[in-house]
Amino acid sequence: MTAARRFLIRLFNSAARRVQDERLREEIAEHIALQTAENVRSGLSPAEGRRQALLKFGGLEAMKEDYRAERSLLIIENLVRDLRFATRMLRKSPGFTAVAVVTLTMAIGANAVVFGVMDALILRPLNVPNAESLYGTEYGVDTGFQSYLNYIDLRDRNHSFDDLAAFSMAFVGFDTGGNSTSASGYAASGNYFDVLGLHPHLGRFFHASDERGRNSAPYLVLSYSYWHSRFQDDPSVLGRVVRLDKHPFTIIGVAPPDFRGTLVFVSVDFFMPIVNEELVNGEHLLDARGNTRAIFETFGHLKPGVTPAQAVADLRAVGAYLEKTYPKEFGQANYSLAHAGLTSFGRAVRAFMTGLMLLTGLILLAACANLGSLFGARAADRSREMALRLALGASRARILRQLLTEAVLISLIGGVVGLLGSVTLLQRMSMWQPFPGAPIHLPINPDARIYAVALILAFVTGFLFGIVPVRQVLKTDPYEIVKSGSLGQVGRRIAVRDLLLGVQITICAVLVTSSMVALRGLLRSLHGNFGFETRNALLVSTNLTMAGYSGEGLPTMQKRMLDEIASIPGVEKVGLVNNYPPLIYAAGSRVNVFHEGTKELRPSNVAFAPYRYDVSPGYFDAAGTSLLAGRAFSWHDDQDAPAVAVVNRDLAGKMFGSVPNAIGRHFTLQDATRVEVVGVVENGKYFSLTEDQQPAVFLPAFRSPASLSDVVVRSPRDPQQLAASIRSKLRELDAGLPVDVSTWNTMLDVALFPSRVATVALGVMGAIGAMLSITGIFGLAAYSVSKRLKEFGIRVALGAQRKEVLKAALARSFKLLACGSAAGLLFGILASRVLAFIVYAATPRDPLVLLSVVVVMSLLGLVATWIPAQRALSVHPAMLLREE
Amino acid sequence: MKLKIGVQQGTLALMVLKTLDVLGPLHGYGIARRIEQISGDLLAVNQGTLYPVLLRLEQEGAIASEWGSSENNRRARFYRLTRQGQKRLQVETQGWEQTATIIRRFFSAKTEDLS
Repeated sequence: MTAARRFLIRLFNSAARRVQDERLREEIAEHIALQTAENVRSGLSPAEGRRQALLKFGGLEAMKEDYRAERSLLIIENLVRDLRFATRMLRKSPGFTAVAVVTLTMAIGANAVVFGVMDALILRPLNVPNAESLYGTEYGVDTGFQSYLNYIDLRDRNHSFDDLAAFSMAFVGFDTGGNSTSASGYAASGNYFDVLGLHPHLGRFFHASDERGRNSAPYLVLSYSYWHSRFQDDPSVLGRVVRLDKHPFTIIGVAPPDFRGTLVFVSVDFFMPIVNEELVNGEHLLDARGNTRAIFETFGHLKPGVTPAQAVADLRAVGAYLEKTYPKEFGQANYSLAHAGLTSFGRAVRAFMTGLMLLTGLILLAACANLGSLFGARAADRSREMALRLALGASRARILRQLLTEAVLISLIGGVVGLLGSVTLLQRMSMWQPFPGAPIHLPINPDARIYAVALILAFVTGFLFGIVPVRQVLKTDPYEIVKSGSLGQVGRRIAVRDLLLGVQITICAVLVTSSMVALRGLLRSLHGNFGFETRNALLVSTNLTMAGYSGEGLPTMQKRMLDEIASIPGVEKVGLVNNYPPLIYAAGSRVNVFHEGTKELRPSNVAFAPYRYDVSPGYFDAAGTSLLAGRAFSWHDDQDAPAVAVVNRDLAGKMFGSVPNAIGRHFTLQDATRVEVVGVVENGKYFSLTEDQQPAVFLPAFRSPASLSDVVVRSPRDPQQLAASIRSKLRELDAGLPVDVSTWNTMLDVALFPSRVATVALGVMGAIGAMLSITGIFGLAAYSVSKRLKEFGIRVALGAQRKEVLKAALARSFKLLACGSAAGLLFGILASRVLAFIVYAATPRDPLVLLSVVVVMSLLGLVATWIPAQRALSVHPAMLLREE
Repeated sequence: MKLKIGVQQGTLALMVLKTLDVLGPLHGYGIARRIEQISGDLLAVNQGTLYPVLLRLEQEGAIASEWGSSENNRRARFYRLTRQGQKRLQVETQGWEQTATIIRRFFSAKTEDLS
């Protein structure tokens, strides 16, 4: 109690100092006066009386120190004084301060941004109760996809999960009364919300008991944000009937505000029971065990006490059972656990973010090394001041505290500025929608965790580079320094700084190398051969189910669409592909292909599993895929004609030996259809840009009609005008058909997205790295030049040439730069192997990359040493020698 | 007599409290005089050390102070004991007496008593 009270009073007094000093002075004066009077009364002269009184009172200054220490918190007072002094010192050298603050701003800002993204994607669990025991399941290699029947078996046969829920994505035309707009949602299993343990904001959720067979539960739960934006928070929506792809659904509830679905980077508009999914997707997905596209992700809470390892073993056992029971459809696929909320992307995202965090950590380290050497140099410059202060009785601890205060002050300023910048950036990112139309959304809210991380980083870096000059100060011998007027043994002290700078340049060269590798990879992937031509091509995407077409109506309507679009002036070629063209939305599907004459069409007998595209006549022309041999499809290749296929060069070579060999040969599909190869087309990219060459097979689109299709339109016309005329043409055809038109290049952005993000991220890192090495080299060169100006003066006076002066001034910096760059290049090449997973064609063994790194680093060196070199050259011997 | 700072401060504080208890409100010089009269040379050379102790006691709430006028009609700071200080004086007096008794007994003990 008393101690706390005293602490508060002292704290308060630290703030208000003046008033109390006055009081003490008055009290002392009065005390001395009274004592003097007493002394005079006892017979001393006034002067002697006063002297005696003063003697009796004791050491005045020491007593005042004590008094002050009692009155207020000395630590705080010293801190305030140190801060004031530090501010003054920093203001005195604005160049140094600016360099240090900018360095820290970049380093801490980069760390805060990367941490923010990592926090949002990986560290933060889904926003549902007990998220820590929530796990997703993986089926096969790196994917959450599986069939509905497999999910049912998994749900009923496992012993590790409390319950398992599943969902798939549903993209629909959402109609509240004659105003169909596209919306996206989850088709979720009945137990979805119960597994998550959520409670509705309004109304009710659907439950497992609502599922009574196919299309038995026409219910709809809205997400809070969709309820807010489309229905203006209207509570009377409950019970309202809306139409999804023209089928009636009743709104029964609204999800809680902070729940946006169980995928971290997707925000959905609604949730519907998966048993009704057929109505909106138009396919009987739920009954086909072989259709592994039916379920997007399966997840649930592990039972208490079940470890993840036990759960994996349990899931594998179910997988083994399924494989034995359904050898035809199940195939070889292991189950395992996954990060709920990221499904199949988990591993890649985690690897990428970890790599990025590592790189930003390196940046911070480089910044520390950089500032450490700057601070060391500064402390050496101030050795005279330190020596004087030591000589005047300051303790070494006090001086160190002063230096640390300066370092921490700088790092705090840098930290705060960096934090502000990164928060703005993160807020931008959370508003960002990379792909128009797709519900992708990065859930970043800069919160206390990010602030805390940034501040902790600022403190840690401050201490790290602040302690560099400690040894120097501890070793300072005031007598020597005051006597000689400069520092004693220069050599060794510089060596520590040299090491720091070397490390820093190495790190920066690593960053520059990896950003070069990534950049080059991206450039290559933009100009690579995809097996189709994306320039001057539009994609017209339609989902006929949304407009109520089905069965026989699909091919008829699609043919009419093709004819109508082809009739638009300026359109050169049109062709249709079911679902999506290659590389779009990473939506490649594979088909099992058997050698002709295979008896049992079992998974183990599959010859190849090429990507499958169902295309119309004219597609290859429109897509710009060149035909190497045989023929393309014609309108006669329909359901009544014999089955035919076009294969790519890869499949032709692998299956039939060579391209000419393949024509006229046969293979067998899973459903035992015998298919004749009539043509071979060039190779291409299908699923992702980084894939190895994959086999592909093209089948006639109208043999197996699908409602979702893309028409490829090749035309030199302006894409926007053309898109408008395509839209109006199709509206004439059917006013109720939602149409998406975009250029093929735009759509390709999705495929390029990961490598773009990687390149931008690495590019920024590289730029920061470059900046850091500039400031670092500049710092060292400027310092060594200023230290040796006198020496240069003498050299010049003795007749040294410019070249020799330059050599003396900058040789050390350049040597460091060369060594650091070489080491960094080596490390960078090693690190770039990791990049190859994300960035297409990222190979560090590329002479152009190596050359550009060398050029960049030398340019950096040149830029950084320019000013110090100028200074060294402008030395005027007479003036310099006169100076001291 | 040279006492260690902690002990000195402790004893000094107690003396201050006792002085104020006996004599009522006093200014710094008065307190110093009184302590000097009774304790001899504890404050003989270092009257100044009293002031940090006074400040500390005031911060702890054992005494309070206000401006008044001294015998030569000048402004002086007068200290008085608060109720909290009264309590503290009692407690500490007891403590001191106990300690003193124990120490006295200890020193007066003979060798055979200790064995």
